[in-house]
Amino acid sequence: MSNKMMLIPGRSSKQGTSLNQGKLKEEYQKVTSTLEMNKDDMDKMGLIDGDKVKLSNEVGETIVSCLGKKPEDLSEGMLFIPYGPPSSQLMTSDTAGSGMPLSKHMMVDVEKVKN
Amino acid sequence: MAEEANKKTEESKNMKIVENATCTFCGCVCDDMELHVDLDEKRITKAKNACVLGRAWFAEHVIEDAPAAMIDGKEVTVDEAIEEAAQTLVNAKFPITYGLSDTTCEAQKHAVAISDYIKGNIDTTTSVCHGPSGLAFQGVGESTSTLGEVKNRADLVIYWGGNPAESHPRHFGRYAVTPKGMFTPNGKKDRTVVLVDVRKTKSAGVADILIKPKPGKDFEVLWALRALVKGNEISNDIEQETGVPLEVLTDLTERMKNCRYGVLFFGMGLTMTRGRHFNSGALLALATDLNEYTHFVAKPVRGHGNVTGADNVVAWQTGYPFGVNFSRGYPRFNPGEFTTVDTLSNGDADAAMIIASDPGSNFPKKAIEHLKNIPVVVLDTKSTETTKLAHVAFKTATYGINTGGTVYRMDDVSIPLRPAFESPFPEDEVILKGIKKRVRELTLKKKHSGGASGEAKVAAVNPL
Repeated sequence: MSNKMMLIPGRSSKQGTSLNQGKLKEEYQKVTSTLEMNKDDMDKMGLIDGDKVKLSNEVGETIVSCLGKKPEDLSEGMLFIPYGPPSSQLMTSDTAGSGMPLSKHMMVDVEKVKN
Repeated sequence: MAEEANKKTEESKNMKIVENATCTFCGCVCDDMELHVDLDEKRITKAKNACVLGRAWFAEHVIEDAPAAMIDGKEVTVDEAIEEAAQTLVNAKFPITYGLSDTTCEAQKHAVAISDYIKGNIDTTTSVCHGPSGLAFQGVGESTSTLGEVKNRADLVIYWGGNPAESHPRHFGRYAVTPKGMFTPNGKKDRTVVLVDVRKTKSAGVADILIKPKPGKDFEVLWALRALVKGNEISNDIEQETGVPLEVLTDLTERMKNCRYGVLFFGMGLTMTRGRHFNSGALLALATDLNEYTHFVAKPVRGHGNVTGADNVVAWQTGYPFGVNFSRGYPRFNPGEFTTVDTLSNGDADAAMIIASDPGSNFPKKAIEHLKNIPVVVLDTKSTETTKLAHVAFKTATYGINTGGTVYRMDDVSIPLRPAFESPFPEDEVILKGIKKRVRELTLKKKHSGGASGEAKVAAVNPL
């Protein structure tokens, strides 16, 4: 079963410190592959911290690990991920004549990945 | 005890202390660093005054064991790589240059000159950051200030669509929230801080007022505030539309009109979402409107250490801040056509020079796919997804740690760099100057088929 949710890629402290170590290093790869998700949404989907989910839209797909956030910090239906190669997989190349691709507020399907 | 032990260890080593050094990790460009440098090991052991990001920046930039130059993954001399880079760029029909936000202004100016000589395209990371704000500045104008003015005068500080606590940790402490200023002697107590964001981020900790609009409704909230500032009535339906109750908007309007000095700092929550430059434009127009009542300014919070310098240098040399094309022999500005996501995704570019940035990791998939299919020249301090696909790769010295030069803080104030230790790798400026010289020779040869005498005539009139 998949759920439609809104993905917001952005910066985080850990992303900032790990990119100094090197973007090809394990820490950066891990940070940019960790998806923050509303805890209630995770319960509904039968997910616990560390579970893998597939995010997909009309542009592409990527598999990331999820991490629960309190509903007061991240609203229902909202997802956050530090910018990086996984979030780029879902970004459209259409800039609508501005040069800027829509890099936040991307609607994605979220699906639990069976182990 | 531990501190004393560390001090003794420092004394026994070949140590140097660099005072008032500059951190170039983010657009805050804090220039009050005290760097403790181990000259034997060529590393910074302590960065006093640095934030968590700055500490990582200084600690992790060490000298790596790697070749200074490679062609198709094989080690070559720097001169051989410069020759190949120049040939690659000159022989392309639509060469693009991109990046520039993590290098000095002195290096940036050579990149612009190269693009001019090869009739290429030049764009910076601004196009995928505050590029929409750049468009809005042209359309609406900017009521601006330095961060020093904000520190000394602002009693109402509004952050819109950004999370400085994680992206610019010292923005609060050094410039806008807690520092004591001339007219804000009590620091935070003299200021009201408002945070507008769709998420409750770590920045919420400093906010007196937290406003959470529905995602994608920033423009509507800003336009409603403009209406309220002008004395127009707004329907109660605004909450249903935007997620923000009318009384919250009315309260914010009164605070904005009645403050002594207000500032709107805005981030990529506005520029990277639906509306883009209209969002930034609405915010800039709101700041302008408020000057009917008080002093109000608006500033974008800029990401990379010298992205503001890139805007300044490209604008100084071409007349436009980013997305500039020289194919007709004079600069043309057209975001959406000459911006790099577009030149790659549309398949226009047939060669690329990427300087101090990583589109191979951060760009949309379609753009990255095209980058993989064209020859790419890369200058970077570290290995990235972009260096992995380079035809010609230069490993360069890190600006501000290994090199001097000039950068611009996010408020357009220029700041000098004080290097900590030497690098065996060449500076971006040196590489780009070398490529510029060779590109100049090659393009003259193309233009003046008459041979050496023709080239010499032109070179004499317009020497490098």
